[in-house]
Amino acid sequence: MMTRKAKAYIAGAYEHPTRYAPDKSVTQLHAECALGALKDAGLSLQDVDGFFCAGDAPGGGPISLVEYLNLKLTWMDGTELGGCSYMIHVRHAAQAIAEGKCKVALITLAGKPKSMGMATGTAPRSLGPDRPETPWDLPYRSTIAGVYGMLAQRHMHEFGTTSAQLAAIKVAASTHAQYNENALLRKVVSIEDVVNSPIISSPLHRLDCCVITDGGGALIVTSPEIAKTLKRPLVKIIGTGETINTSNGGYIRPTETGAIETGKQAFSEAGLTINDVKYASIYDNFTIMVLMQLEDLGFCKKGQGGAFVAEGNLISGKGKLPWNTDGGGLCNNHPSNRGGMTKMIEAVRQLRGEAHPAVQVKNCDIALACGPGLVLGVGHAHSTIILERE
Amino acid sequence: MTTPSTPDQIQVPSYATDPFATSYPETLPFWEAAAQGRFLLKTCNHCKKAHWYPRIVCPLCSSTEVDWKQASGRATLYSFSVMEKADPPFALAYVELEEGPIITSNIVGTDFKTLRIGQALSVDFKQTPEGRFVPIFKPA
Repeated sequence: MMTRKAKAYIAGAYEHPTRYAPDKSVTQLHAECALGALKDAGLSLQDVDGFFCAGDAPGGGPISLVEYLNLKLTWMDGTELGGCSYMIHVRHAAQAIAEGKCKVALITLAGKPKSMGMATGTAPRSLGPDRPETPWDLPYRSTIAGVYGMLAQRHMHEFGTTSAQLAAIKVAASTHAQYNENALLRKVVSIEDVVNSPIISSPLHRLDCCVITDGGGALIVTSPEIAKTLKRPLVKIIGTGETINTSNGGYIRPTETGAIETGKQAFSEAGLTINDVKYASIYDNFTIMVLMQLEDLGFCKKGQGGAFVAEGNLISGKGKLPWNTDGGGLCNNHPSNRGGMTKMIEAVRQLRGEAHPAVQVKNCDIALACGPGLVLGVGHAHSTIILERE
Repeated sequence: MTTPSTPDQIQVPSYATDPFATSYPETLPFWEAAAQGRFLLKTCNHCKKAHWYPRIVCPLCSSTEVDWKQASGRATLYSFSVMEKADPPFALAYVELEEGPIITSNIVGTDFKTLRIGQALSVDFKQTPEGRFVPIFKPA
C-alpha cells in the first residue's frame, strides 16, 4: 500500500468510564475528558493551542471551558452540528493544523442526560420559535423516535426490510458490548429479544433504540511533527467529509442519509474504497440509521442493508465489516445524546490494537467513523472520517 | 376544528398571540387562511413548484418570485410511525401533498392499525395550544 500523506494525526483519545454522574458537573466531565485525552497522548494543558467543542459545552461555545481550563489558544471552533460535531471538529482541526494555525487541538464532549432526568427519548424536544422549522413540526409531537420510526417504515415499504433484520444490528452491538466492562448494557441479546421488546414508535422496538447515558470523551489532534515525538501508535487522518442533508424544500428522500455525500468526500480524499476498510464505527442512535448508512457508504447496495446485517457481517471475527466493537450507542454509551465522539474513540482503539482482545480486528490498518447530527428528516448534518495506522 | 370568530364579535385572531406565528410575520397569511380552513403553499412563479415549509426564496430554484397559492388538500401517506408509548398513542406521518412536497403531520380519524403507505388523505386543521391552526390529515 502506498504511503499517504496526512495533514494531522490523532494522538490522544479518552472515553470517560462513567455512565451515571450525578455527583459531577458537565464542566467537570469536560475537564476530566480533556485531561484523560492529554494524558493518553503524553501532552498537557499547556501544550493545547486549539480548542473545539459543540453545543453540549457549558455556555454553548468555547469561551467558558477555555476560561475554566485557562487555555492559551491560537485557534478555536464551536461548530454545533449535533452528534457528529466531534467528527467535523476532527476535520476542521486537521485543516487548521495543516495551515499552521495551531499544533495541538483538543476536542471535548460531555453531558449528563441520565442524571438530569431524561428517562426516555420519546418526549418532544422543547424548541423555541427561533428555529424556523419549529412552527411547522412542533404541533405534531415530532419526537426523535417517531422520525426514525417513519424512516424505518418507509425503508421497509421500499425495500422489504424487516424488524428481524434491524434486530441483527442490536445483536451485533450486544455481542461486542459483553466484553466492555464500562458498557451500560452487557447482556447478549437475540433477534427474538429485540422483536419481542415493546414497540416504542412503530416499527421500532425498545431494543432498536440507543441508550441514554452520562459521560463524555475527548480527542487530541496534532501535527505530524509532534505526533512522531510522542510514544503512542501513529493514527493519521487521511479522509474527511462533512455535509448538511437538507429536507430539500419538502422533496425529501427519507431513506437516504448524508453518508452518500460525506463518504464520497472522505474516500476520494483518502484514495481508498470500501474494500480497504477493516473496521467501521457507524453511529447507531437507532438500528435503522446503521442500515441506511451502510447502504449509503456503499458497503452494500441500496435496499440490501437488511440482508447484509442479517448475515452477521457486523460481528467482529465473523463478518465482513467489524462494527462498533465497543457496543456502540445501542449498548455501550451515548453521552449527552451525541454519538460522534465515542465512534471516533473506538476507531482509534482498533487502529492502535487496543480494543478488547475478543473484538480486536487483526491487522487493522484502515478504519472509518461516520454519523449524523440532529434529526434526520428535517435536515441533518453528517460526517465521515477515515483513519490509517502508520 | 373550532368555529372561527363570528363577524359581530370584535376578536383578536387566535394566531395573533401565538409566538410560533408572530415570530415569523411573513407567514401570517398562512395562519390567517388556516384559521378559515384553507391550506396555503408557497409556490414559485419561476419553477412552478410548491415548497415546504414556506420561505421567501424558492429552495428549489432560488427564485424570490414565490407566492401563496391554495393547495388542493389532497395527499397520500408517504410514511408513518405510531407512538405507542404515548397516552393516547398518536400517528406521526410524512404526508406527500398532491402539489409535491412531503410534510410532517399527524393522521387522525382512523384506526392506526389500518394505516398503509400510499393511502389517500385529505387535509383538516387542528388548533395548537398556542392558538394557530395547523394542517393535519385524515383518510380521504
